[in-house]
Amino acid sequence: MKQRVEIVKRILDSNEQLAEQNRKKLDNHQVFAINVMASPGAGKTTFILQTIAKLSQSLRLGVIEGDTAPVTIDADKITAAGMPAVQINTGGDCHLDANMVGLAIDQLDLDEIDLLLIENVGNLICPAGFALGNHANILISSVPEGDDKPYKYPNIYRNIDVLIINKIDLLPYVDFRMDYFREGVEMLNPGLKTFAVSSKTGEGFENWIAWLQEKVVGAQE
Amino acid sequence: MHELAVTESLLAIVVQSAKENRAQKVTDITLSIGALSSIIDDSVQFYWNHISKGTVAEKATLHFNRIPATMLCLDCSTEFTLEDDLIPCPNCDSINLNIIAGEEFQVDSIEIEKEEENNNETKS
Repeated sequence: MKQRVEIVKRILDSNEQLAEQNRKKLDNHQVFAINVMASPGAGKTTFILQTIAKLSQSLRLGVIEGDTAPVTIDADKITAAGMPAVQINTGGDCHLDANMVGLAIDQLDLDEIDLLLIENVGNLICPAGFALGNHANILISSVPEGDDKPYKYPNIYRNIDVLIINKIDLLPYVDFRMDYFREGVEMLNPGLKTFAVSSKTGEGFENWIAWLQEKVVGAQE
Repeated sequence: MHELAVTESLLAIVVQSAKENRAQKVTDITLSIGALSSIIDDSVQFYWNHISKGTVAEKATLHFNRIPATMLCLDCSTEFTLEDDLIPCPNCDSINLNIIAGEEFQVDSIEIEKEEENNNETKS
C-alpha cells in the first residue's frame, strides 16, 4: 500500500534545536555571544584582535575559533592576547554548526566571561544556514573583495544583525562604489546596522565598540 | 560543500517520519528549496545516493520544488521575480523591498510503502 505523508519540517531543524540549547546555556550565565562571519581574508582575526584590545579592560572575553584544518595560528594569536580561546577544527567542513559550538562552550568557564566571540569558518555561503545559538550575527565585508558581494551572496546578508565594512583605509586604492554596495545591502536587509572600520588602524571602531558594550551590558540586566 | 550536512539532516527527518508511520520503504521525497538558500540539487542527490544506503529510504527519489526569489516593492507594490542578479524594483527603481519567497528550505512530504493496515491490527 502506498501512502503520502505530509511532513513540512525545516531541514536544519535539529541544528536549530541544538542552537536553542546553546542560547539557553549562554543566557543562564549572562554571556552575550556574537558569530563573526566573512570570506577568507576579510580580516576576521584582526578585527577580533582589535575588538579585544579595545574591550579587554572593561569586559571579560572569550573566543571560539573555527578552522577547517588543525592549525592553531588564529587561536595562538588570541591566546597571546591573554584570552581564553577554544579552537574548533571542522575537519574540512565549511561552516560551524550548533553541535560543534556546544562542545566548545562546555570547555569554557562561562561564569568568567561577559562576551563570547565566535569566529566562523571563512566562507560566504555555508555559515549562513547554520544557527549557533549566539545573540548577534556579524558579517565582515572588506573593501578589496569588491562592491558586488551583496548581489552575489544575498543569503548571508539576510540573517545578520551587524555589517562591518572593513579595510576602509584601502578605499583610495580600490574601485569600490560605496553607494552601490550599500544599496544592495538595503534591498536585502533594510536598515541594517553598519559600521565602516579599518581593523589595521582602528579607525571607526568607537561606534562598533559602543554598540557592542551596550548589548553586553543589556544581557547582564 | 555544506550539502553533506544538509543531506544528513534530511535523512534523519525522513527515517524518523518513516518509523512513525510504520513504513517499510520510502519511495519519494519532496523538498521545497528557495533560490536564495544556496543549495545545489545535484549535490544533495549525490550525497543522498551514498548515505541512504541500508536505510528504509534507500533509492528514494528526491523531488526538488525550486521556489524563485520573489520581491515586493514597498513603494509601488510591484511584485517581481529575480532571474539572476539582485535588482531594484523594475517599475519604480526603489530599493525599499521585501523578500516574500525564495528562502524556503524544508521537507514537504514523503511517499511510503507499508503493510496492509489489517495485518497490523490483528498483530496488535
